[in-house]
Amino acid sequence: MNAMNSGAMTSNVLEVEDLQIVARIAGRDYIAIDNISFSVAEGHARGLVGESGSGKSLTLRAIMGLLPANVRVTSGVIKFQGQDLLAEGGKYRKSVLGTGISMVFQEPSVALNPVMKIGKQITDSLMQHSDLNRKQARERAIDLMDQVGIREASKRVDDFPFQLSGGMKQRVMIAAALACGPELILCDEPTTALDVTIQAQIIELFKKLRSELKVSLLYVTHDIGVVAELCDAISVMYSGRIVEQADDINKVFSHPRHPYTKALLSAIPRIDGPIQRLKGLDNTGPSLTQRSQELAPPMTNVEPGWQIAPFEFADLDALWSASSHE
Amino acid sequence: MSTSLSLRPNILSRLRGFRVNNFRLYLGIFIIFVVVAMAVLASHLTKFDPISQDLLNTLQGGTAEHFLGTDNLGRDVWSRLLYGGRTDLFLASIAVLAPFVIGTVVGAICGYFSGWVDTLVMRIADVVVAFPFYVLVISLVFILGNGVGSIFIAISLVSWVAYARIVRAETMIVRSKEFIEAAQTGGISNQKIITRHVLPNVITQAIVYAMSDIVLNIGVIVTLSYFGLGIVPPTPDWGRMIAEGQQFLAGGYYALTILPALAVVITSLGLSFIGDGLAVALRVKR
Repeated sequence: MNAMNSGAMTSNVLEVEDLQIVARIAGRDYIAIDNISFSVAEGHARGLVGESGSGKSLTLRAIMGLLPANVRVTSGVIKFQGQDLLAEGGKYRKSVLGTGISMVFQEPSVALNPVMKIGKQITDSLMQHSDLNRKQARERAIDLMDQVGIREASKRVDDFPFQLSGGMKQRVMIAAALACGPELILCDEPTTALDVTIQAQIIELFKKLRSELKVSLLYVTHDIGVVAELCDAISVMYSGRIVEQADDINKVFSHPRHPYTKALLSAIPRIDGPIQRLKGLDNTGPSLTQRSQELAPPMTNVEPGWQIAPFEFADLDALWSASSHE
Repeated sequence: MSTSLSLRPNILSRLRGFRVNNFRLYLGIFIIFVVVAMAVLASHLTKFDPISQDLLNTLQGGTAEHFLGTDNLGRDVWSRLLYGGRTDLFLASIAVLAPFVIGTVVGAICGYFSGWVDTLVMRIADVVVAFPFYVLVISLVFILGNGVGSIFIAISLVSWVAYARIVRAETMIVRSKEFIEAAQTGGISNQKIITRHVLPNVITQAIVYAMSDIVLNIGVIVTLSYFGLGIVPPTPDWGRMIAEGQQFLAGGYYALTILPALAVVITSLGLSFIGDGLAVALRVKR
């Protein structure tokens, strides 16, 4: 099954293979994520799309080692630059956090320390991993702030987060994520908390960073429009499984194969079209404790680099039957 | 400790937001400023040595020479008040430092890592809290023997618990914040996360408590020396002045007891005002 991921091993910055995550709730184990396999090729961006609770953020957290105490990875491999991040209790992961992989969070207002100057926060990780002195770090912070489009960086470097707008804070977060020159940035819905115009600016910034720095992105969002604009590969998640994924995003967008993907795509609101509900889907996915505990069946290749899950799957069945009552 | 460095912008940024009408804070600062200035400048405010006896002039009321009078050994009451304040204030402030540092560090570590260390330390804290504060301190000083050193150790052994509990609770709140996760994803070591990210966010609570803790310490030190424990005579100190003056209350020499007692009350009031004022001024907006 691992061979499903196309592309040579070396060109993939991140490879996730057969990831299974189990959550322990009230003394019982529930499969939160099963049979997740995808890769992020060097310099590419993969969008991880799904509704709330589909397990996309959990996947990111598993990569970063930020799982809550009651949640654990039960099987699977997460490789960064060909090396297993989970091996030896995450020893290798510790060495690449910040320098190789960094993360941008959803809510810039809570992801920044309220009592620390932004310049210091930007270079916090850099100071940990290098021997820069304070003055050099400050210079570097100003450079990074310029790079992410914060005007008058030399004046703002000593500001505290509360003096900045949401969009500016997110730029600060991105600057901090860039500080050590990582190969891969994990983005956990970085534009969800921002209003639409700022959202567009931040996406432009990510595009610019991709082309200038050749940095790879794993971009988690429920906004399929953002993925369309920014990513070249896509994985659609539902109820803890991947239902459809392709290395070429256009294939999925033009000819989605899986009914869930179809429903998701048709749910994008259009300014010129009628207001409509999710076609064929009455409900959101079942909550974790109500999910089917059957293991995810293997995915099948539509063509190389494009896989879909079987259409029969208990959690999905519930949705289809619900809609067929209409 | 490196925390004081990262603390500075925190305090400063909050200071900018100080409410102008925080009357209690200013009143408290004023009182303590006057009291501390009097203790520090004691040698300039009186020409009498607080421990030199003048057995020919005992138990005088206010005279031109000794304007607050003299005690039963002819020592000048005014200069004993000044120097006594110096002893008590100095000791109380010093005795706040060790518990502050120990409690804050222990609390931050327990709150950040939780796990069995946290459980163990908090059970020890429970044991300490289970005893009444004064009973524990007095018995500790009794065991350790008289002297400034034993007061210091006794207070440290007992009052770190309060700081540890406050800081631990605050740390547990801060630890769940996303910026701690963000720091972890930056590969920053736990030690740095605690000193640079956790402590600056939790230390204000410990500082506010430290103000009321100084009051408590003054109470403890005065009480101990009133009982004849702790500070060894002839070092001037308010507690012993109260204890010694007491014998002459019946003779109508009220000032010998009331003046040092008043000094304790005024100082405690001033510190309490500062504590309350700081609590308002530094209140963390969540």
